[in-house]
Amino acid sequence: MNIKRTYIRIIDSFYWLIRKHRSDDGIFTHKLDRFFLETYDIHKFISRFFRELFTKPFEFREFIRQSYEVGVRSIPLITLTGFVIGVVFTRQSRPPLVEFGAASWLPSLIGIAFVRALGPLVTALISSGKVGSHIGAELASMKVTEQIDAMDVSAVNPYKFLVVTRVAATTIMIPLLMLYCTFVGMLGSFMNVHQNELTSFVTFFESAFAQVSFLDVSAAVFKSILYGFTIGIVACYRGFNATNGTQGVGRAANRAVVFSMFLIFAEELLIVQITHWIAAF
Amino acid sequence: MKKEDQQSALKETVITIRGLHKSFGGLPVLQGIDLDLFKGENFVVLGRSGSGKSVLIKIIAGLLKPDAGTVNVLGQHVDLLNDKELQSLRLRLGFIFQSSALYDSMTIRENLEFSMVRNFKTLSAKEVDHAVYEVLDAVGLKDKINAMPADLSGGQVKRIGIARTLILHPEIMLYDEPTAGLDPITCTEIIELINEVKTRFNTSSIIITHDLTCAKETGDRIAMLQDGHFTRLGNFGEVFDTDDIRIKRFFDYNFIK
Repeated sequence: MNIKRTYIRIIDSFYWLIRKHRSDDGIFTHKLDRFFLETYDIHKFISRFFRELFTKPFEFREFIRQSYEVGVRSIPLITLTGFVIGVVFTRQSRPPLVEFGAASWLPSLIGIAFVRALGPLVTALISSGKVGSHIGAELASMKVTEQIDAMDVSAVNPYKFLVVTRVAATTIMIPLLMLYCTFVGMLGSFMNVHQNELTSFVTFFESAFAQVSFLDVSAAVFKSILYGFTIGIVACYRGFNATNGTQGVGRAANRAVVFSMFLIFAEELLIVQITHWIAAF
Repeated sequence: MKKEDQQSALKETVITIRGLHKSFGGLPVLQGIDLDLFKGENFVVLGRSGSGKSVLIKIIAGLLKPDAGTVNVLGQHVDLLNDKELQSLRLRLGFIFQSSALYDSMTIRENLEFSMVRNFKTLSAKEVDHAVYEVLDAVGLKDKINAMPADLSGGQVKRIGIARTLILHPEIMLYDEPTAGLDPITCTEIIELINEVKTRFNTSSIIITHDLTCAKETGDRIAMLQDGHFTRLGNFGEVFDTDDIRIKRFFDYNFIK
Protein backbone atom coordinates (compact mmCIF):
# COMPACT_ATOMS: atom_id res chain seq x y z
CA MET A 1 0.00 0.00 0.00
CA ASN A 2 1.35 3.42 -0.91
CA ILE A 3 1.07 5.35 2.37
CA LYS A 4 1.77 8.71 0.77
CA ARG A 5 -0.96 8.25 -1.85
CA THR A 6 -3.46 7.07 0.79
CA TYR A 7 -2.60 10.05 2.98
CA ILE A 8 -3.05 12.48 0.10
CA ARG A 9 -6.43 10.85 -0.70
CA ILE A 10 -7.56 11.31 2.91
CA ILE A 11 -6.43 14.94 2.85
CA ASP A 12 -8.19 15.44 -0.50
CA SER A 13 -11.40 14.03 0.95
CA PHE A 14 -11.16 16.47 3.84
CA TYR A 15 -10.56 19.28 1.39
CA TRP A 16 -13.62 18.21 -0.58
CA LEU A 17 -15.66 18.43 2.62
CA ILE A 18 -14.14 21.79 3.50
CA ARG A 19 -14.84 23.25 0.05
CA LYS A 20 -18.37 21.93 0.14
CA HIS A 21 -19.13 23.70 3.41
CA ARG A 22 -16.83 26.69 3.08
CA SER A 23 -18.16 30.19 3.46
CA ASP A 24 -16.67 32.95 1.33
CA ASP A 25 -14.76 34.66 4.10
CA GLY A 26 -14.62 31.86 6.64
CA ILE A 27 -11.72 32.18 9.07
CA PHE A 28 -12.57 28.72 10.36
CA THR A 29 -12.03 27.06 6.99
CA HIS A 30 -8.82 29.04 6.49
CA LYS A 31 -7.54 27.71 9.80
CA LEU A 32 -8.59 24.21 8.80
CA ASP A 33 -6.66 24.59 5.54
CA ARG A 34 -3.59 25.55 7.53
CA PHE A 35 -4.14 22.70 9.96
CA PHE A 36 -4.28 20.10 7.17
CA LEU A 37 -1.31 21.57 5.36
CA GLU A 38 0.70 21.54 8.57
CA THR A 39 -0.41 17.98 9.34
CA TYR A 40 0.85 16.93 5.94
CA ASP A 41 4.13 18.79 6.51
CA ILE A 42 4.61 17.07 9.87
CA HIS A 43 3.85 13.73 8.27
CA LYS A 44 6.51 14.39 5.62
CA PHE A 45 8.97 15.55 8.29
CA ILE A 46 8.48 12.34 10.30
CA SER A 47 8.66 10.08 7.21
CA ARG A 48 11.92 11.76 6.25
CA PHE A 49 13.32 11.02 9.71
CA PHE A 50 12.78 7.29 9.34
CA ARG A 51 14.09 7.34 5.76
CA GLU A 52 17.26 9.18 6.69
CA LEU A 53 17.83 7.33 9.98
CA PHE A 54 18.81 4.16 8.13
CA THR A 55 20.75 5.69 5.24
CA LYS A 56 24.45 6.51 5.25
CA PRO A 57 26.33 8.61 6.23
CA PHE A 58 25.66 8.42 9.98
CA GLU A 59 26.53 11.49 12.00
CA PHE A 60 27.69 9.39 14.95
CA ARG A 61 29.84 12.04 16.63
CA GLU A 62 27.02 14.61 16.56
CA PHE A 63 24.63 11.97 17.91
CA ILE A 64 26.95 11.35 20.88
CA ARG A 65 27.26 15.09 21.49
CA GLN A 66 23.49 15.50 21.42
CA SER A 67 22.99 12.49 23.70
CA TYR A 68 25.35 14.14 26.17
CA GLU A 69 23.40 17.43 25.88
CA VAL A 70 20.04 15.73 26.34
CA GLY A 71 21.04 13.11 28.89
CA VAL A 72 23.95 14.17 31.07
CA ARG A 73 23.08 17.85 31.16
CA SER A 74 19.52 17.06 32.29
CA ILE A 75 20.65 14.97 35.28
CA PRO A 76 20.77 17.80 37.87
CA LEU A 77 17.25 18.99 37.05
CA ILE A 78 15.82 15.46 36.88
CA THR A 79 17.51 14.57 40.18
CA LEU A 80 16.08 17.59 41.96
CA THR A 81 12.58 17.19 40.50
CA GLY A 82 12.39 13.42 41.03
CA PHE A 83 13.68 13.62 44.59
CA VAL A 84 11.36 16.45 45.63
CA ILE A 85 8.33 14.75 44.06
CA GLY A 86 9.23 11.52 45.86
CA VAL A 87 9.45 13.25 49.23
CA VAL A 88 6.35 15.42 48.77
CA PHE A 89 4.20 12.64 47.31
CA THR A 90 5.07 10.31 50.21
CA ARG A 91 4.51 13.02 52.79
CA GLN A 92 1.10 13.92 51.33
CA SER A 93 0.01 10.28 50.91
CA ARG A 94 0.86 9.12 54.44
CA PRO A 95 -1.94 10.80 56.51
CA PRO A 96 -4.91 9.27 54.63
CA LEU A 97 -3.24 5.85 54.54
CA VAL A 98 -2.48 6.02 58.29
CA GLU A 99 -6.07 7.01 58.92
CA PHE A 100 -7.26 3.78 57.25
CA GLY A 101 -4.51 1.69 58.91
CA ALA A 102 -2.84 1.10 55.58
CA ALA A 103 0.53 2.81 56.16
CA SER A 104 2.32 -0.41 55.19
CA TRP A 105 0.91 0.03 51.66
CA LEU A 106 2.82 3.27 51.20
CA PRO A 107 5.89 1.73 49.44
CA SER A 108 3.60 -0.18 47.02
CA LEU A 109 1.64 2.98 46.28
CA ILE A 110 4.87 4.85 45.63
CA GLY A 111 6.19 2.04 43.41
CA ILE A 112 3.07 1.88 41.29
CA ALA A 113 2.72 5.66 41.05
CA PHE A 114 6.31 6.23 40.01
CA VAL A 115 6.65 3.35 37.56
CA ARG A 116 3.26 3.74 35.92
CA ALA A 117 2.89 7.50 35.76
CA LEU A 118 5.10 9.86 37.71
CA GLY A 119 8.51 8.71 36.41
CA PRO A 120 7.67 8.81 32.67
CA LEU A 121 5.43 11.86 32.88
CA VAL A 122 7.67 14.01 35.08
CA THR A 123 10.73 13.16 32.96
CA ALA A 124 8.86 13.92 29.75
CA LEU A 125 7.48 17.25 30.98
CA ILE A 126 10.80 18.40 32.42
CA SER A 127 12.62 17.35 29.25
CA SER A 128 9.99 18.99 27.09
CA GLY A 129 10.70 22.29 28.85
CA LYS A 130 14.46 21.97 29.03
CA VAL A 131 15.45 19.95 25.96
CA GLY A 132 12.52 20.83 23.68
CA SER A 133 12.92 24.58 24.12
CA HIS A 134 16.70 24.28 23.68
CA ILE A 135 16.45 22.33 20.42
CA GLY A 136 13.59 24.49 19.12
CA ALA A 137 15.45 27.74 19.81
CA GLU A 138 18.81 26.44 18.54
CA LEU A 139 17.46 25.21 15.20
CA ALA A 140 15.22 28.26 14.78
CA SER A 141 18.18 30.54 15.37
CA MET A 142 20.20 28.57 12.79
CA LYS A 143 17.29 28.83 10.37
CA VAL A 144 16.80 32.60 10.63
CA THR A 145 20.56 33.28 10.39
CA GLU A 146 20.72 31.12 7.22
CA GLN A 147 23.07 28.56 8.81
CA ILE A 148 20.78 25.73 7.68
CA ASP A 149 20.81 27.10 4.11
CA ALA A 150 24.60 27.37 4.38
CA MET A 151 24.79 23.65 5.16
CA ASP A 152 22.52 22.93 2.23
CA VAL A 153 24.61 24.89 -0.27
CA SER A 154 27.83 23.36 1.00
CA ALA A 155 26.46 19.93 0.02
CA VAL A 156 25.79 18.72 3.58
CA ASN A 157 22.35 17.36 4.42
CA PRO A 158 21.17 19.60 7.29
CA TYR A 159 18.25 17.32 8.10
CA LYS A 160 20.58 14.41 8.77
CA PHE A 161 23.07 16.45 10.75
CA LEU A 162 20.61 18.49 12.81
CA VAL A 163 17.32 16.59 12.99
CA VAL A 164 18.17 12.89 12.85
CA THR A 165 20.88 13.19 15.52
CA ARG A 166 18.72 15.22 17.91
CA VAL A 167 15.58 13.09 17.56
CA ALA A 168 17.61 9.88 17.96
CA ALA A 169 19.28 11.35 21.06
CA THR A 170 15.99 12.33 22.74
CA THR A 171 14.40 8.97 21.82
CA ILE A 172 17.22 7.05 23.47
CA MET A 173 18.11 9.33 26.39
CA ILE A 174 14.63 10.13 27.74
CA PRO A 175 13.82 6.47 28.65
CA LEU A 176 17.16 6.34 30.49
CA LEU A 177 16.35 9.58 32.27
CA MET A 178 12.93 8.14 33.14
CA LEU A 179 14.54 5.09 34.82
CA TYR A 180 16.89 7.41 36.68
CA CYS A 181 14.05 9.76 37.71
CA THR A 182 11.98 6.80 38.98
CA PHE A 183 14.92 5.56 41.04
CA VAL A 184 15.67 9.01 42.50
CA GLY A 185 11.99 9.64 43.24
CA MET A 186 11.69 6.34 45.09
CA LEU A 187 14.90 7.14 46.93
CA GLY A 188 13.34 10.40 48.11
CA SER A 189 10.25 8.49 49.13
CA PHE A 190 12.35 5.89 50.97
CA MET A 191 14.08 8.63 52.98
CA ASN A 192 10.73 9.95 54.11
CA VAL A 193 9.41 6.48 54.93
CA HIS A 194 12.63 5.57 56.73
CA GLN A 195 12.44 8.76 58.77
CA ASN A 196 8.95 7.84 60.02
CA GLU A 197 8.87 4.04 60.14
CA LEU A 198 12.57 3.09 60.16
CA THR A 199 11.92 0.77 57.17
CA SER A 200 15.13 -0.68 55.71
CA PHE A 201 16.21 0.06 52.14
CA VAL A 202 15.72 -3.55 50.97
CA THR A 203 12.29 -3.92 52.62
CA PHE A 204 11.11 -0.64 51.13
CA PHE A 205 12.13 -1.53 47.58
CA GLU A 206 10.83 -5.11 47.88
CA SER A 207 7.44 -3.75 48.96
CA ALA A 208 7.54 -1.02 46.32
CA PHE A 209 8.12 -3.48 43.46
CA ALA A 210 5.84 -6.22 44.83
CA GLN A 211 2.84 -4.75 43.00
CA VAL A 212 4.72 -3.61 39.88
CA SER A 213 4.27 -5.97 36.94
CA PHE A 214 6.35 -6.53 33.83
CA LEU A 215 3.61 -4.83 31.85
CA ASP A 216 3.95 -1.72 34.02
CA VAL A 217 7.70 -1.50 33.42
CA SER A 218 7.51 -2.23 29.69
CA ALA A 219 4.65 0.27 29.24
CA ALA A 220 6.70 2.90 31.08
CA VAL A 221 9.75 2.27 28.88
CA PHE A 222 7.64 2.23 25.72
CA LYS A 223 5.89 5.49 26.50
CA SER A 224 9.18 7.15 27.44
CA ILE A 225 10.55 6.19 24.05
CA LEU A 226 7.44 7.69 22.47
CA TYR A 227 7.73 10.86 24.60
CA GLY A 228 11.40 11.20 23.69
CA PHE A 229 10.60 10.88 20.01
CA THR A 230 7.72 13.37 20.35
CA ILE A 231 9.86 15.97 22.13
CA GLY A 232 12.67 15.64 19.58
CA ILE A 233 10.55 15.66 16.45
CA VAL A 234 8.27 18.52 17.57
CA ALA A 235 11.21 20.71 18.65
CA CYS A 236 13.11 20.00 15.43
CA TYR A 237 10.03 20.62 13.27
CA ARG A 238 9.32 23.94 14.96
CA GLY A 239 12.95 25.02 14.78
CA PHE A 240 13.51 23.85 11.22
CA ASN A 241 10.47 25.76 9.98
CA ALA A 242 10.98 28.98 11.95
CA THR A 243 10.42 32.31 10.22
CA ASN A 244 10.33 36.03 11.09
CA GLY A 245 13.74 36.61 12.68
CA THR A 246 14.30 36.71 16.42
CA GLN A 247 10.57 36.79 17.11
CA GLY A 248 10.33 33.50 15.23
CA VAL A 249 13.05 31.97 17.42
CA GLY A 250 11.07 32.70 20.60
CA ARG A 251 7.88 31.47 18.98
CA ALA A 252 9.53 28.24 17.82
CA ALA A 253 10.89 27.50 21.31
CA ASN A 254 7.52 28.26 22.87
CA ARG A 255 5.56 26.17 20.39
CA ALA A 256 8.03 23.30 20.74
CA VAL A 257 7.26 23.12 24.46
CA VAL A 258 3.51 23.70 24.30
CA PHE A 259 2.85 21.34 21.40
CA SER A 260 5.04 18.54 22.74
CA MET A 261 3.41 18.80 26.20
CA PHE A 262 -0.02 18.61 24.60
CA LEU A 263 1.00 15.52 22.63
CA ILE A 264 2.59 13.92 25.72
CA PHE A 265 -0.67 14.23 27.65
CA ALA A 266 -2.65 12.84 24.71
CA GLU A 267 -0.22 9.92 24.38
CA GLU A 268 -0.36 9.29 28.14
CA LEU A 269 -4.15 9.01 28.06
CA LEU A 270 -4.02 6.68 25.08
CA ILE A 271 -1.32 4.43 26.50
CA VAL A 272 -3.06 4.19 29.90
CA GLN A 273 -6.19 2.96 28.11
CA ILE A 274 -4.25 0.46 26.00
CA THR A 275 -2.35 -0.82 29.06
CA HIS A 276 -5.64 -1.32 30.92
CA TRP A 277 -7.07 -3.30 28.01
CA ILE A 278 -3.95 -5.46 27.83
CA ALA A 279 -3.99 -5.98 31.63
CA ALA A 280 -7.67 -7.00 31.45
CA PHE A 281 -6.73 -9.89 29.16
CA MET B 1 43.42 43.36 -22.88
CA LYS B 2 40.17 45.28 -22.49
CA LYS B 3 37.39 43.76 -20.42
CA GLU B 4 35.09 43.46 -23.46
CA ASP B 5 37.79 41.63 -25.44
CA GLN B 6 38.42 39.28 -22.52
CA GLN B 7 34.73 38.63 -22.35
CA SER B 8 34.35 37.81 -26.02
CA ALA B 9 37.33 35.47 -25.77
CA LEU B 10 35.66 33.59 -22.94
CA LYS B 11 32.30 32.69 -24.40
CA GLU B 12 31.83 29.39 -22.63
CA THR B 13 28.75 29.84 -20.44
CA VAL B 14 28.64 28.32 -16.98
CA ILE B 15 25.17 29.59 -16.07
CA THR B 16 22.30 30.10 -18.52
CA ILE B 17 18.95 31.41 -17.33
CA ARG B 18 15.93 31.85 -19.60
CA GLY B 19 12.53 33.34 -18.78
CA LEU B 20 12.89 33.02 -15.01
CA HIS B 21 9.78 33.91 -13.02
CA LYS B 22 9.30 33.82 -9.26
CA SER B 23 6.49 35.17 -7.07
CA PHE B 24 5.88 35.11 -3.33
CA GLY B 25 2.27 35.02 -2.18
CA GLY B 26 1.04 36.37 -5.50
CA LEU B 27 3.60 39.19 -5.53
CA PRO B 28 5.83 38.87 -8.60
CA VAL B 29 9.54 39.32 -7.81
CA LEU B 30 11.29 38.01 -10.90
CA GLN B 31 9.47 38.43 -14.22
CA GLY B 32 11.40 36.96 -17.10
CA ILE B 33 15.10 37.04 -16.22
CA ASP B 34 17.54 36.01 -18.97
CA LEU B 35 21.18 35.68 -17.97
CA ASP B 36 24.39 34.16 -19.33
CA LEU B 37 27.41 33.92 -17.05
CA PHE B 38 30.59 33.30 -18.99
CA LYS B 39 33.51 31.32 -17.69
CA GLY B 40 35.98 33.45 -15.74
CA GLU B 41 33.61 36.42 -15.62
CA ASN B 42 32.43 38.52 -12.68
CA PHE B 43 28.77 39.42 -13.27
CA VAL B 44 27.30 42.03 -10.95
CA VAL B 45 23.58 42.32 -10.30
CA LEU B 46 22.58 45.75 -8.98
CA GLY B 47 19.20 46.66 -7.65
CA ARG B 48 17.25 48.14 -4.79
CA SER B 49 16.48 46.21 -1.62
CA GLY B 50 13.62 43.80 -2.25
CA SER B 51 14.13 43.79 -6.02
CA GLY B 52 14.79 40.03 -6.04
CA LYS B 53 18.60 39.95 -6.34
CA SER B 54 19.09 37.42 -3.54
CA VAL B 55 16.13 35.37 -4.80
CA LEU B 56 17.94 35.05 -8.14
CA ILE B 57 21.08 33.48 -6.68
CA LYS B 58 19.08 31.33 -4.28
CA ILE B 59 17.29 29.87 -7.30
CA ILE B 60 20.67 29.27 -8.98
CA ALA B 61 21.87 27.41 -5.87
CA GLY B 62 18.65 25.37 -5.74
CA LEU B 63 17.52 26.85 -2.42
CA LEU B 64 14.33 28.16 -4.06
CA LYS B 65 12.27 26.68 -6.87
CA PRO B 66 11.39 28.89 -9.84
CA ASP B 67 7.75 29.30 -10.87
CA ALA B 68 8.69 29.26 -14.56
CA GLY B 69 11.78 29.36 -16.73
CA THR B 70 14.96 27.31 -16.92
CA VAL B 71 18.15 27.55 -14.87
CA ASN B 72 21.11 25.71 -16.32
CA VAL B 73 24.21 25.60 -14.13
CA LEU B 74 27.37 23.89 -15.40
CA GLY B 75 25.29 21.99 -17.96
CA GLN B 76 22.62 20.81 -15.55
CA HIS B 77 19.02 22.00 -15.14
CA VAL B 78 18.86 22.86 -11.44
CA ASP B 79 15.08 22.43 -11.07
CA LEU B 80 15.20 18.92 -12.60
CA LEU B 81 17.91 17.53 -10.32
CA ASN B 82 17.21 15.07 -7.51
CA ASP B 83 18.70 15.62 -4.04
CA LYS B 84 21.88 13.66 -4.75
CA GLU B 85 22.54 15.38 -8.08
CA LEU B 86 21.86 18.77 -6.53
CA GLN B 87 24.32 17.97 -3.75
CA SER B 88 27.02 17.10 -6.33
CA LEU B 89 26.33 20.33 -8.21
CA ARG B 90 26.54 22.36 -5.00
CA LEU B 91 30.07 21.11 -4.45
CA ARG B 92 30.96 23.09 -7.57
CA LEU B 93 29.22 26.26 -6.32
CA GLY B 94 30.31 28.61 -3.58
CA PHE B 95 27.57 30.64 -1.91
CA ILE B 96 28.54 33.56 0.33
CA PHE B 97 25.58 34.71 2.39
CA GLN B 98 24.98 38.33 3.25
CA SER B 99 25.37 37.47 6.95
CA SER B 100 28.12 34.95 6.09
CA ALA B 101 26.05 32.35 8.04
CA LEU B 102 29.02 30.86 9.90
CA TYR B 103 28.06 27.99 12.23
CA ASP B 104 28.25 29.87 15.50
CA SER B 105 28.62 26.79 17.71
CA MET B 106 31.81 25.74 15.86
CA THR B 107 35.34 27.14 15.74
CA ILE B 108 36.69 28.59 12.50
CA ARG B 109 38.58 25.35 11.84
CA GLU B 110 35.38 23.31 12.30
CA ASN B 111 33.46 25.73 10.06
CA LEU B 112 35.99 25.26 7.29
CA GLU B 113 36.30 21.49 7.71
CA PHE B 114 32.58 20.86 8.06
CA SER B 115 31.68 20.32 4.41
CA MET B 116 35.06 18.95 3.36
CA VAL B 117 35.22 16.02 5.81
CA ARG B 118 31.68 15.02 4.89
CA ASN B 119 32.07 15.21 1.13
CA PHE B 120 35.65 13.98 0.67
CA LYS B 121 35.91 11.08 3.06
CA THR B 122 39.12 9.70 1.58
CA LEU B 123 41.10 12.77 2.62
CA SER B 124 43.50 12.28 5.53
CA ALA B 125 43.48 14.61 8.55
CA LYS B 126 46.76 16.09 7.28
CA GLU B 127 45.26 16.91 3.87
CA VAL B 128 42.22 18.53 5.47
CA ASP B 129 44.52 20.53 7.73
CA HIS B 130 46.55 21.65 4.73
CA ALA B 131 43.39 22.75 2.89
CA VAL B 132 42.21 24.71 5.93
CA TYR B 133 45.52 26.56 6.23
CA GLU B 134 45.60 27.19 2.47
CA VAL B 135 42.24 28.98 2.41
CA LEU B 136 42.93 30.82 5.66
CA ASP B 137 46.14 32.04 4.07
CA ALA B 138 44.20 33.15 0.99
CA VAL B 139 41.92 35.32 3.12
CA GLY B 140 44.73 36.40 5.46
CA LEU B 141 43.31 35.01 8.71
CA LYS B 142 45.62 32.14 9.61
CA ASP B 143 45.82 33.26 13.22
CA LYS B 144 42.04 32.93 13.73
CA ILE B 145 41.90 29.18 13.18
CA ASN B 146 40.76 28.35 16.72
CA ALA B 147 38.58 31.44 17.25
CA MET B 148 34.79 31.33 17.46
CA PRO B 149 32.74 33.33 14.90
CA ALA B 150 31.47 35.61 17.68
CA ASP B 151 35.07 36.72 18.33
CA LEU B 152 35.57 38.05 14.79
CA SER B 153 34.89 41.49 13.31
CA GLY B 154 32.40 42.00 10.46
CA GLY B 155 35.13 42.01 7.81
CA GLN B 156 36.78 38.90 9.25
CA VAL B 157 33.45 37.07 9.27
CA LYS B 158 33.02 37.90 5.55
CA ARG B 159 36.52 36.63 4.83
CA ILE B 160 35.90 33.36 6.68
CA GLY B 161 32.60 33.02 4.79
CA ILE B 162 34.56 33.26 1.55
CA ALA B 163 37.23 30.85 2.85
CA ARG B 164 34.56 28.32 3.76
CA THR B 165 33.40 28.14 0.17
CA LEU B 166 36.91 28.28 -1.33
CA ILE B 167 37.98 25.14 0.53
CA LEU B 168 35.78 23.10 -1.84
CA HIS B 169 37.42 24.75 -4.89
CA PRO B 170 34.15 25.85 -6.50
CA GLU B 171 33.91 26.82 -10.16
CA ILE B 172 31.23 29.44 -9.55
CA MET B 173 31.01 31.90 -6.67
CA LEU B 174 27.69 33.50 -5.70
CA TYR B 175 28.22 36.54 -3.50
CA ASP B 176 25.17 37.96 -1.71
CA GLU B 177 25.90 41.58 -0.69
CA PRO B 178 29.59 40.96 0.11
CA THR B 179 30.24 44.53 1.30
CA ALA B 180 26.98 45.22 3.11
CA GLY B 181 27.42 46.67 6.58
CA LEU B 182 31.18 47.12 6.33
CA ASP B 183 33.28 50.27 6.68
CA PRO B 184 34.86 51.71 3.48
CA ILE B 185 38.35 50.31 4.19
CA THR B 186 37.07 46.81 4.91
CA CYS B 187 34.87 47.10 1.78
CA THR B 188 37.99 47.82 -0.28
CA GLU B 189 39.71 44.77 1.26
CA ILE B 190 36.74 42.54 0.42
CA ILE B 191 36.63 43.92 -3.15
CA GLU B 192 40.34 43.12 -3.53
CA LEU B 193 39.70 39.65 -2.14
CA ILE B 194 36.87 39.03 -4.65
CA ASN B 195 39.19 39.97 -7.51
CA GLU B 196 41.99 37.87 -6.05
CA VAL B 197 39.69 34.85 -5.72
CA LYS B 198 38.77 35.21 -9.40
CA THR B 199 42.39 35.16 -10.58
CA ARG B 200 43.85 32.74 -8.00
CA PHE B 201 41.05 30.16 -8.00
CA ASN B 202 39.89 30.76 -11.60
CA THR B 203 36.23 31.20 -10.67
CA SER B 204 33.23 32.75 -12.39
CA SER B 205 31.07 34.86 -10.09
CA ILE B 206 27.70 36.48 -9.67
CA ILE B 207 27.94 39.37 -7.25
CA ILE B 208 24.73 40.74 -5.77
CA THR B 209 25.17 44.24 -4.43
CA HIS B 210 23.88 47.80 -4.27
CA ASP B 211 27.36 49.15 -3.60
CA LEU B 212 28.46 50.83 -6.84
CA THR B 213 32.13 50.90 -5.86
CA CYS B 214 32.02 47.13 -5.44
CA ALA B 215 30.17 46.82 -8.77
CA LYS B 216 32.66 49.03 -10.59
CA GLU B 217 35.76 47.38 -9.15
CA THR B 218 34.69 43.76 -9.46
CA GLY B 219 32.23 43.58 -12.35
CA ASP B 220 33.14 42.60 -15.90
CA ARG B 221 29.47 43.04 -16.75
CA ILE B 222 26.76 44.70 -14.70
CA ALA B 223 23.00 44.27 -14.82
CA MET B 224 20.42 46.51 -13.20
CA LEU B 225 17.49 44.54 -11.79
CA GLN B 226 14.29 46.60 -11.73
CA ASP B 227 10.63 45.57 -11.77
CA GLY B 228 11.57 41.90 -11.94
CA HIS B 229 13.87 42.01 -14.98
CA PHE B 230 17.20 43.40 -16.15
CA THR B 231 16.60 46.93 -17.42
CA ARG B 232 20.27 47.71 -18.14
CA LEU B 233 23.10 45.37 -19.06
CA GLY B 234 26.70 46.13 -19.98
CA ASN B 235 29.84 47.54 -18.44
CA PHE B 236 29.70 50.16 -15.68
CA GLY B 237 29.69 53.16 -18.07
CA GLU B 238 27.00 51.66 -20.31
CA VAL B 239 24.66 50.85 -17.43
CA PHE B 240 24.77 54.36 -16.00
CA ASP B 241 24.72 56.20 -19.33
CA THR B 242 20.99 56.74 -19.18
CA ASP B 243 18.33 59.33 -18.37
CA ASP B 244 16.35 56.88 -16.25
CA ILE B 245 15.81 58.83 -13.04
CA ARG B 246 15.86 55.75 -10.82
CA ILE B 247 19.26 54.69 -12.13
CA LYS B 248 20.58 58.23 -11.90
CA ARG B 249 19.51 58.44 -8.25
CA PHE B 250 21.25 55.15 -7.61
CA PHE B 251 24.46 56.57 -9.06
CA ASP B 252 24.17 59.96 -7.37
CA TYR B 253 23.68 58.43 -3.93
CA ASN B 254 26.69 56.15 -4.22
CA PHE B 255 29.07 58.77 -5.64
CA ILE B 256 27.61 61.83 -3.83
CA LYS B 257 27.16 63.84 -6.99
